[in-house]
Amino acid sequence: MSQTIDTCGLSCPQPVLLFLTAVKENPDDSYTVLVDNDASRENVSRAARNRGFSVEAIDQDQGVTRLEISKA
Amino acid sequence: MKISTNFFSTATGITTVGLILGALAILLQHSGNPGNMGICVVCFNRDIAGAVGLHRAAVVQYLRPEILGMVLGAFLASLAFGEYRPRGGSSPVIRFLLGAIAAIGALVFLGCPWRAILRLAGGDAYAVFGMAGLICGVGIGTLFFRKGFSLGRSQTQSKVSGLVLPGIMLGLLLLYLMNPQIPGQDKSGVLFYSIKGPGSQHAPLLISLGVGLLVGALAQRSRFCTMGAMRDVILFNHWHLAKGFLAMLGMALLLNLWLGSFHWGFANQPIAQPDNLWNFLGMLTAGLAFALAGGCPGRQLFMAGEGDNDAAVFTMGLITGTAMAHNFGLASSGAGIGPHGAIATLMGLTICLLIGFFNCKRGA
Repeated sequence: MSQTIDTCGLSCPQPVLLFLTAVKENPDDSYTVLVDNDASRENVSRAARNRGFSVEAIDQDQGVTRLEISKA
Repeated sequence: MKISTNFFSTATGITTVGLILGALAILLQHSGNPGNMGICVVCFNRDIAGAVGLHRAAVVQYLRPEILGMVLGAFLASLAFGEYRPRGGSSPVIRFLLGAIAAIGALVFLGCPWRAILRLAGGDAYAVFGMAGLICGVGIGTLFFRKGFSLGRSQTQSKVSGLVLPGIMLGLLLLYLMNPQIPGQDKSGVLFYSIKGPGSQHAPLLISLGVGLLVGALAQRSRFCTMGAMRDVILFNHWHLAKGFLAMLGMALLLNLWLGSFHWGFANQPIAQPDNLWNFLGMLTAGLAFALAGGCPGRQLFMAGEGDNDAAVFTMGLITGTAMAHNFGLASSGAGIGPHGAIATLMGLTICLLIGFFNCKRGA
């Protein structure tokens, strides 16, 4: 299963909180997390790696980055 | 991947930034800034409010170049690294209110989280109560976040909107240069100056401004946040930001011990008030306000420099709050809390709790 979490426009700590809440419910899922600032991109990536996920960041239009997060 | 190119976002990077910030704060203290007040975002904004006449407390009037530098340093760093991105519209008026309440709570304790670190590092035992209050306030904030608290999503704004706060800071710097302090006089052109008290104690302009610019740039790159450090430990058990916080505390402590400026205890602490219940509650209120607004007062300056309109509105609220604190007898002094400091703190705490309750399960 893959879930998409849109964190664009949300401020700290909500992007990480939304991601970790989803992971808690479905720890083995893959996730696509949309972020629109570098702090959120770093924070979500760090939280994912700390929990054993691999992270691939793909730049989108208008400053949005798509983080493809899956179990390493 | 871009993320790996930002050294400052690594564990080593944030720790290095914390060590540098601790050292710079002690440098400012030994260059003329008040005791245990190398950098205090709330106190310095209060001094700026006094310098432009928003309040007329004679002892706290000085247009602190550190604040101007912190915003402009973050602005320049965000431009240089392609991170300047004007955004806003996430409950701006609530953020204004949170800024004002945070200022009032912090001025009951007499310091923002940055100064709480520096007061602890100087041996000020009152700061233990302030820091405990801050942790509790941030902790209450995390309970709201667990319940889905959100002030709503921000939207992309026009390029110009992000220039407003950096522009105001640049304008204030020009005002400072056009109206330099005249020794022994409390006014120069349109600016007010203190001739005694904390406002009269300051490092030379170039040191204050230079340190401010460096702090702004380093903190923008590393996302250094004193409130976030506590919040992430409580909420996620994430210690990334805490490494920066602890490094700043450790470096300031070591330098104070080395330079003989560490004096543990309650006696003779500079710019501290003795009522520990209100040291605790003042910072609890401020901590909750910072948590709900998503950043400590320093981080709000840095985000405003990146173009965040909401952080700029918080900062304007904070400056307004500092002026209210001195105009209405809410701020503490060395003798104790102000005549209306207790009721203002409780009202601020109540308002923060209401903001928390009424913004759960929204926007996320």
